[in-house]
Amino acid sequence: MKSYIEPEFIVERNQDKCIRCKVCINQCTYETHYYDAEDDIVYSHDENCVNCHRCVVFCPTRAITIKRNPTQYTENWNWTREAVTAIKNQAETGGIILTGMGCDKPYYTYWDRLLLNASQVTNPSIDPLREPMELRTYLGAKPDKLEFDLESGNSILRTKLAPQLCVETPILFTALSYGAISLNVHEALARAATEYGTFMNTGEGGLDRRLYKYGDHIIVQVASGRFGVSPDYLNVGAALEIKIGQGAKPGIGGHLPGEKVTEDISRTRMIPTGTDALSPAPQHDIYSIEDLRQLIYALKEETDYTKPVSVKIAAVHNSAAIASGMVRAGADIIALDGIRGATGAAPRIIRDNVGVPIELALASVDQRLREEGIRNKASIIVAGGIKSSADVVKAIALGADAVYIGTAALVAIGCTMCQRCHTGKCPWGIATPDPWISKRINPDIATRRLVNLLRGWSLEIKEMMGGMGINAIESLRGNRLQLRGIALTDTELKILGVKMAGD
Amino acid sequence: METITKVNNPYGEDKVIDACSLFGMMDLTGRRFGSKAPVKAISNMHERGNGLGGGYAIYGLYPEHKDDYAFHIMYLNGESKEKTDRLLAKNFDVLQAEEMPVNPAANVWSPPLIWQYFLQPKKDAAKNQSNDEYVMQNVMRINSETGGAFVFSSGKNMGVFKGVGFPEDIAEYFCLDEYEGYLWVCHGRFPTNTPGWWGGAHPFNILDWTVVHNGELSSYGINRRYLEMYGYHCTMQTDTEVMAYALDLLMRKQNLPMEVVARILAPPLWIEIDNMEPNEKRLCIVMRQCYSSLLMNGPFTIIAAHNGEMIGLTDRIKLRPLTASVKGHVLYLSSEESAIQLVTSNLDRVWSPRGGEPVIGRLKTMKPVEILAPKVMK
Repeated sequence: MKSYIEPEFIVERNQDKCIRCKVCINQCTYETHYYDAEDDIVYSHDENCVNCHRCVVFCPTRAITIKRNPTQYTENWNWTREAVTAIKNQAETGGIILTGMGCDKPYYTYWDRLLLNASQVTNPSIDPLREPMELRTYLGAKPDKLEFDLESGNSILRTKLAPQLCVETPILFTALSYGAISLNVHEALARAATEYGTFMNTGEGGLDRRLYKYGDHIIVQVASGRFGVSPDYLNVGAALEIKIGQGAKPGIGGHLPGEKVTEDISRTRMIPTGTDALSPAPQHDIYSIEDLRQLIYALKEETDYTKPVSVKIAAVHNSAAIASGMVRAGADIIALDGIRGATGAAPRIIRDNVGVPIELALASVDQRLREEGIRNKASIIVAGGIKSSADVVKAIALGADAVYIGTAALVAIGCTMCQRCHTGKCPWGIATPDPWISKRINPDIATRRLVNLLRGWSLEIKEMMGGMGINAIESLRGNRLQLRGIALTDTELKILGVKMAGD
Repeated sequence: METITKVNNPYGEDKVIDACSLFGMMDLTGRRFGSKAPVKAISNMHERGNGLGGGYAIYGLYPEHKDDYAFHIMYLNGESKEKTDRLLAKNFDVLQAEEMPVNPAANVWSPPLIWQYFLQPKKDAAKNQSNDEYVMQNVMRINSETGGAFVFSSGKNMGVFKGVGFPEDIAEYFCLDEYEGYLWVCHGRFPTNTPGWWGGAHPFNILDWTVVHNGELSSYGINRRYLEMYGYHCTMQTDTEVMAYALDLLMRKQNLPMEVVARILAPPLWIEIDNMEPNEKRLCIVMRQCYSSLLMNGPFTIIAAHNGEMIGLTDRIKLRPLTASVKGHVLYLSSEESAIQLVTSNLDRVWSPRGGEPVIGRLKTMKPVEILAPKVMK
């Protein structure tokens, strides 16, 4: 069948600059570029280009420019190019259109409509270069109060606290499953988390035994496919996370195609090589809140109540009520993943149409837990499109204890968000099981880039906190008076629990 | 409640911002003394206030009524007094009620009607709760339901006198030279976003707890939301109110010792905690984990008092001043040392407590208690 789909991108090569070194040909995993010996010219198959910029960055003479195809269908605000192309695609394949990364639709990013406060006159701002500025955060259930026994004048603590995770900066690496991303990326995340005093989350694909030594800084995930879940795995992590849902695909399971299940991945996921790894949409032993409680306590039993258990859900319409149930079911941490949360593969229609922006879900969950007097019973980690340190500060002021970053971490090590993770051919060596391509991530360099990102953001967070006259992050958490909304309706302001700028 | 919020915070700001002068003086033997020294001292810090608020809390004030709840109530209108009187008559045995003696010649702004009551809860009225809890609920009701009455103080053997004016004028208005107590807490106020309102002056009181405060809490937003989880309604929208409720929650309801409470409100820095010996370290970590939302961040100095105890505390990096001093059995706490030097010479000891290190005066404990943080940060 002749395809009616036109190339989305056009590769332009400045022939004066091109030295025929063929780096672009070697770097492109989509076989976009080819060399014609007769002409002594490098040409491109534009239709293969995914706009990943691998060739652009690695071209030694900067000869390559990628442009959006200027040939457009007749302009129509309803029938956009994306809509028309999708229909043609489906007419040719009869399938579901897959994509990677997070929702790219122009739904409000509420972070960008929230502004931060700073101290003037009545209280001093604090200079983080001169004064201590504390970002350390403990994640886990806190008691309502502490009780002490008085023994010979000394206060002896009687209350026993639930296990806690200590993070030196309120930023954790979110669940990125082995198989969807390469071992080298997993290693870099684990090493960076260890070096900076935070955590990486294994995602649902288990943990390669070579990374067990970083277990003190790893959250091990248990998802519906139960890939790689063993007593060793559960006990090697610092915390456990039950994955109910994911912001990029609420209500949808996962599917790692058999060709991605290489020998290493098969060993870690504990499935035969070459078989599809299917994660069911629900966890088939959790059809209700009381079932969740059983799994939470099964995991706590297995780990002897020494590790906090997190439960991750996608932000959906009734997140507040669901979160309240999760806390009462025994979750020590609630992980909320908003509509802009990314994925290695999801149906585009789900990714772009299901869920709630994380800002709104966070605001309502935090408020509900407070109204019910149980906010201290669980920490909240939010995920889904956190793109700067300002987003982190705003998330914490809205009520989060910490944030998960995924996309930002991958961008730090090369990702350009071309949204083709599902192909497994990531030219940056990130979202690929291919041992040859994944060598493009050097764990040493990737670790350095990730640590630099954490450091840069942490310094910026300290600057913003200092400006507000706050020298401990706990005084920012849930402190919505430090936020003001701009260009928001009364209803939005009410849900966010913030005042309008100028008010 | 609405009424108080509106009167105290007419522009509907996040909260009422003010700064101040503080002075506290306590005779640790319990000997009662007059107004001369405390009023002179607080008046010396005239420049720290702007005439929009001054006030005093005096302990050991009513020895002849020491077991009765002493209520000082201000009324904005006659109707609220009628309502309050009805409520009091219904729920309490009113042992004595009279208009507060005042000197109308004093230079104060628009004084309201102020009455003084001695009360005992009606027999069996408190039912399943303590008398304190019962009294507290009635105070909340008067403040919220009568539309114009506000309880200045509601403790035993103590009282609060406050209003709009400089502290020296307030002292004159309430004829404080006729009173004695073993513990005086004084306050001069510099509000920036509220017009004068007599109820808005410090000290802030609940039962026998009073707090005077200088500073602005950057953490107010979360402190308040945390306290709301425990049923406190922050109607005054001031840092002082949040501070008072935090003390009430931690000390009265949760029964934590002041040594612990100080470390909750102004905890040691993590870098200090990391270097503590294991037991103390564990304790400090757990306190910060559990009570992180009650960390009072941003500049503050407070002098908190209740029967038999006076506590001075600053924020952990000491962004507001506090000087402590001892002469004989008298403990002084002040925003400025000069105020102490003015009223007492040849002090035994003068020192500036470090940030987050409380100074506590306890009746019959002849030396003030100091809780020093480990010195890690230079």
